[in-house]
Amino acid sequence: MIFSKRGYSRVERNKILIIDDEPQIVRALELLMQREGFEVRSASDGIEALSSIEDAAPDLILLDLMMPRMDGFELCQKIRSNPAWKNMIIVILTAKGRDIEREKGMALGADHYVTKPFSTREVVQLIKSALEH
Amino acid sequence: MLSEWVILVTSFGYLGILFGIAYLGDKRADAGNSIISNPYIYALSIAVYCTTWTFYGSVGRAAVSGVGFLPIYLGPTLIAAVWWFLLRKIIRISKTFRITSIADFLASRFGKSAFIGGLVTVIAIAGIIPYISLQLKAVSSTFNVLHLYPALERVPKSVEITIWSDTALYVAIIMALFSILFGTRHIDATERHEGMVAAIAFESLVKLLAFLAVGFYVVFVLFEKPGDIFSLAADSAPMSMLTHMKTSLESYSSWFVLTLISVFAVMFLPRQFQVLVVENVNEEHVKKASWLFPLYLFAINLFVVPIALAGKITFFGSSVDADIFVLTLPLTYGEKFLALFVYIGGLSAATGMVIVETIALSTMVSNDLVVPVLLRIKALQHENLSSLLLNTRRLSILLVLLLGYLYFRFIGEAYALVSIGLISFAAVAQFAPPFLLGLFWKGASRRGAAWGLSIGFAIWMYTLIFPSLAIAGWIPISFIDEGLFGIPALRPYHLFNIEVFDPITHSVVWSLLANTGILVIMSLTGQQSVQEKIQAKLFVDVFKQSPMLRGSPVWGGTARVSDLTGLLVRLLGQENCNRALERYERRHGISLSSIKEADAGFVEFVERELSGAIGAASARVMISTVVEGEDVSIDTLMRVLDETSQVIEYSHRLEEKSRELETATQELKRTNERLKELDRLKDEFISTVSHELRTPLTSIRAFSEILCDDIDMDREKRRELLNILVTETERLTRLVNEILDFTKLESGTYSWAFEEVDLVKVIRESLRSSGQLAQSTSAQVSEQLPRKAVMIVADRDRIMQVIINLVTNAIKYSGENPKVEIRLHDEGPHVRIEVADNGPGIPHEEQERIFEKFHQITDRRTGKPHGTGLGLSICKRIVEYHRGRIFVQSSPGHGATFIVILPKKQVAP
Repeated sequence: MIFSKRGYSRVERNKILIIDDEPQIVRALELLMQREGFEVRSASDGIEALSSIEDAAPDLILLDLMMPRMDGFELCQKIRSNPAWKNMIIVILTAKGRDIEREKGMALGADHYVTKPFSTREVVQLIKSALEH
Repeated sequence: MLSEWVILVTSFGYLGILFGIAYLGDKRADAGNSIISNPYIYALSIAVYCTTWTFYGSVGRAAVSGVGFLPIYLGPTLIAAVWWFLLRKIIRISKTFRITSIADFLASRFGKSAFIGGLVTVIAIAGIIPYISLQLKAVSSTFNVLHLYPALERVPKSVEITIWSDTALYVAIIMALFSILFGTRHIDATERHEGMVAAIAFESLVKLLAFLAVGFYVVFVLFEKPGDIFSLAADSAPMSMLTHMKTSLESYSSWFVLTLISVFAVMFLPRQFQVLVVENVNEEHVKKASWLFPLYLFAINLFVVPIALAGKITFFGSSVDADIFVLTLPLTYGEKFLALFVYIGGLSAATGMVIVETIALSTMVSNDLVVPVLLRIKALQHENLSSLLLNTRRLSILLVLLLGYLYFRFIGEAYALVSIGLISFAAVAQFAPPFLLGLFWKGASRRGAAWGLSIGFAIWMYTLIFPSLAIAGWIPISFIDEGLFGIPALRPYHLFNIEVFDPITHSVVWSLLANTGILVIMSLTGQQSVQEKIQAKLFVDVFKQSPMLRGSPVWGGTARVSDLTGLLVRLLGQENCNRALERYERRHGISLSSIKEADAGFVEFVERELSGAIGAASARVMISTVVEGEDVSIDTLMRVLDETSQVIEYSHRLEEKSRELETATQELKRTNERLKELDRLKDEFISTVSHELRTPLTSIRAFSEILCDDIDMDREKRRELLNILVTETERLTRLVNEILDFTKLESGTYSWAFEEVDLVKVIRESLRSSGQLAQSTSAQVSEQLPRKAVMIVADRDRIMQVIINLVTNAIKYSGENPKVEIRLHDEGPHVRIEVADNGPGIPHEEQERIFEKFHQITDRRTGKPHGTGLGLSICKRIVEYHRGRIFVQSSPGHGATFIVILPKKQVAP
């Protein structure tokens, strides 16, 4: 499903992968990202996400931490250990709000760390500016 | 056969050698270069146990009763095995308190009782005199045999000759002089008689060699092959019994009793106590001696049976006394020098015994009988007593030997060597109960010991000594056969008409039973004096004494130094006194001349020095005469004991306190750990709860913002988003409720309403409540419930909550066509509720953990909304509050069955 209501068009659209085990949150993020004209895919855990990334590497991932099978930290580490994916932007979106977790996420190679519940405007802003740089 | 002169010269020559050895030993000891300080000499000196009784008597006994001579050596061998444990303790006590004799030991143990000391001395003298007479008999008769052989009929019977032509008298006198020269050179009885011990060890060697020489001669020369004797003996019926044991009650009891009294004899005979304890140089020597001594006993008994058999064969039909086979065998076969050597061996056995025994007895007589009397004589109050004491000892030696001679002359001829010895053993056995009980049981009391000893001694006299007087013709023989006053129950060999024992066994059984019984009963029922308690503790706990108790300043009173040194001079002589005082000054680095008032330490020192000379009981009396106030004793002792016991009590309390503190600290540590754990759990809980709350909040916020931003959204889409919002809000509400429930259950603030409820009804109602969910998911819910009501005591609402939760879970987590069945079983005191579904099942490793809070199993396939992770955890707590159990049975792919077991009745929670 492609949202390009505002006629926002690019030769190459930025690809975004949403990774979260809560279907409602995936749904909300999908709506937001499509509205901004990004190409969106989703995965509900780390393993699913990894195979999706291997299929086609996205420009940016929105990553939840608490997930079954492979959690966000582990996935983050896996992505950063592959040089081919070193430019991939990682935004952690999590309900884990403690400083220690934020630090751990950043140390493992995440670019941004946003705690839930988040402001949709701020997240969109953050993603846009991250993709422009 | 041998001329009198040869025998006499040899005898005196041998005694001269002994004296030379003793002299050398003393010289070396004075030079600080002891020759007896090694375990071999120590073990040999213990072999003073083997007297002429062993040397001649064993063969005599073997000739009559076969191996019946063995118990006398079996006992010592057995007890030697525990010497390291037993003897070492006795030695430690004796060295610590300067014990001079067995009488001193017992007196000291039972509150430094002069009465006990005196009593033990009297028993010892009465008991030992037959034993000494036995030695005199052996020496004089072997002298005569050697001299007159083969005209044995000319060996004079003592009744036929005047005292003045009796060899035994001269033997007694010579031995007395010899003992006096040996043993009474020093006043301090605890000072070791090193020369004497050296001579005794030498004698033990000589008697062993002499006996082995006869043995070798008989077995290898006379009979060529050892087997010959036995085969010859076996041919003669009356002799074959010698190599076999009799087996009757009498012989068993006799074996046992002989073994027992020889155990006691080897420890408590005055001479054994002397060599084992008083003359011991080093506790370590006990280790080696405890196998060397039994080895010696084995060696000296090796040839007893062969010699006895050889004698029987040789003198078959003649009237030669079996007690002198050892001597007559070599004589018969013309071996003069071997016979002379045997005679010297016998002389060794006799002199060794007599010297040590009389020295030990003389110490006891002077310290425990004479000194207590002397101290009461006013005229002697300021005399110098040291030479008087020495002379007392010399006189006692002479007296004891003369008494021995008189016994020999008027009674002893009637008995064989062994029987005389056993009478002595039976007397000495009386020391065993107070000694052994006193050594290990603090409760053994002075009164108990005194009465036990007295009665035991009286029974011994009545059952062994009086009959011997009757046999010797001094009292009517009817005493034995008809009993005292003709009462059969008072027959001395058959008290209370017991007929199964031989006289020795009979006497020992009765006297030891009475002795021990009285001691135990009176100790248990009576009170101990303070002095007794102190001594009991010092003795029994000798290995665990703190230095504080060791040097316990028992004298709290005051005394002048000059008075105390005066005592020392009186009892020890000027020279010894000066030596002792110098030693004290050196050790404590003080000069006594500058001190007037003696401190407790000095009083203690003087008392110990005096104890060494005159025994503990008398020393105590002496000291009390110069320490201010006659009755220093009890009050002071009380106080000292109180102080001591207060200190002990105090340290006990301290120990207890520190133990309590330690326990409290541990408790605190544990509590702290628990608190930390709780704190961590609380943090985790809050963190988890906030995480759980954030998830629905995130959806709600995101969708609300999307709806806000996009007013023009088409209806279909808007409905979808609004539905999500409603569901998420419901979820949030449920979550908050459950958290509240859970915290209430956790903290115990939930108010329970227990009542009697019909579980069938409760289940039906629960099913109705979850009916909506069942409809919306088209789940089939079936029930299997009893027709009758099932009454249990429970909180109705909570149980409903559990059932609804289980049913809801079952529906939610089941597959495409959810099938749920609820069953109820009445199991007597319990009910069993089962909720079964046809879902994917729960992996084995998850089955326990699903009941933990916030534990969720994810179902990737359905993607259904998660629970809060609290539902089952709440169920578990509710069920457990009802004292029931909840668990799950499942194998993956075959559904899961949740089982709740509840008791019907509730005890008040």
